[in-house]
Amino acid sequence: MAEAAAVVAESLAGYRARAARAVLEQVVLPGEELLLPGQEDGEGPGSAGERPLRLNAGARSRGRVVCGPGLRRCGDRLLVTKCGRLRHKEPGSGNGGGVYWVDSQQKRYVPVKGDHVIGIVTAKSGDIFKVDVGGSEPASLSYLSFEGATKRNRPNVQVGDLIYGQFVVANKDMEPEMVCIDSCGRANGMGVIGQDGLLFKVTLGLIRRLLAPDCEILQEVGKLYPLEIVFGMNGRIWVKAKTIQQTLILANVLEACEHMTADQRKQIFSRLAES
Amino acid sequence: MEGVMQTETKIRAESGIESGPRGPGCSLRNFACEQNLLSRPDGSASFLQGDTSVLAGVYGPAEVKVSKEIFNKATLEVTLRPKIGLPGVAEKSRERLIRNTCEAVVLGALHPRTSITVVLQVVSDAGSLLACCLNAACMALVDAGVPMRALFCGVTCALDSDGTLLLDPTAKQEKEARAVLTFALDSVERKLLMSTTKGLYSDAELQQCLAAAQAASQHVFRFYRESLQRRYSKS
Repeated sequence: MAEAAAVVAESLAGYRARAARAVLEQVVLPGEELLLPGQEDGEGPGSAGERPLRLNAGARSRGRVVCGPGLRRCGDRLLVTKCGRLRHKEPGSGNGGGVYWVDSQQKRYVPVKGDHVIGIVTAKSGDIFKVDVGGSEPASLSYLSFEGATKRNRPNVQVGDLIYGQFVVANKDMEPEMVCIDSCGRANGMGVIGQDGLLFKVTLGLIRRLLAPDCEILQEVGKLYPLEIVFGMNGRIWVKAKTIQQTLILANVLEACEHMTADQRKQIFSRLAES
Repeated sequence: MEGVMQTETKIRAESGIESGPRGPGCSLRNFACEQNLLSRPDGSASFLQGDTSVLAGVYGPAEVKVSKEIFNKATLEVTLRPKIGLPGVAEKSRERLIRNTCEAVVLGALHPRTSITVVLQVVSDAGSLLACCLNAACMALVDAGVPMRALFCGVTCALDSDGTLLLDPTAKQEKEARAVLTFALDSVERKLLMSTTKGLYSDAELQQCLAAAQAASQHVFRFYRESLQRRYSKS
């Protein structure tokens, strides 16, 4: 019985934590532990008693590392909580150790402070609008959070209107609150979205791709028809073109971009441009 | 002890994906998994083990009724629908087992006062149903992006009248077995999350079955890793 136990123990040889640097751009699974750059030297099967001597024993080579979406701090290490590709961004100013995050594919939005989202007004109760942003609870929007709004000059917002705003309060314990002005009091593009147009839903990963700088998809779409487009980080896109048919074509193309390779996309765009 | 040694060698020789001949040793049936196949749920997965197939859908973190909300963590709900007929008491008890396993693994503290709902539909039942439900639920939770502290898998063992251990039994083998044991194991240290057993077995046999299940879970986790890598490599 002891032999069997020994054999089994070997096969369960666990799960050693890997260095984050070694796993960049690879798929990581929930439950994996990652070591930050300052901790890799001490780890290893036989190093229990032999630490290499270092001249500056206390100082870390990098500064503070920021733990982004999909990762949590677990003691000294990072614990992966979502499945996706591990990414890293070096800090611009040279301080700190940069940001690590997991790029995952998700459909459900969780409110984050500072995100710009498209919401649908679902109720008007007293001085507050309740706005559905696709999260677990509706966000609240005060009528004074519009540009030029005062108690006498109320904004013209009805139930069912689309609102483009940003979150000022968004954490797991409180109801999210959004506003349609920036910190200087100007609208800056936020507010009620106009009439007509079409609102549709895509995955959060596609929105991030479309909003990345130098996105090819967006440039190609822009050359196709003149259009107005609003992206919400909660997976909602509002699009409006001159005719209903063009609007529908644009909506279908953007939804399909999720699954198409670059070549297929170019084919479709060239076919649309001809017709 | 012999039985367990045989188990080890048989499992090492075969990978978990191809279907080996179902001889007297212990081999797992071939697996297949597909993710993101339903458009409405936030995450969905279909898991096949031999002929047993379960479809899972996950909604969450979403709104929760005030009567069911928990102030500091997410409310997890599991619904299991059988292939024919209305859900009965057996389904209720399986739902509870699956819910307890998921609660141990999902980081509910990150989403207080929300609900995470897992809906499982049995498409075909050919033995090891609870293990297949657990695997489908895990893949669907990963697909939905629900934060978890580890992955989990289900493995079923059957002990027949002369004490031979069979992993991943078919419906016929389960009916003829003296005892059927199902374990849910986590991916970090193969710890036991849930166990449910039916029938007569001794203490030593329980340990043997647990050890065999832990060894078999390696194949399941390897299969999870490969299927998730394939999914992310397409994008």
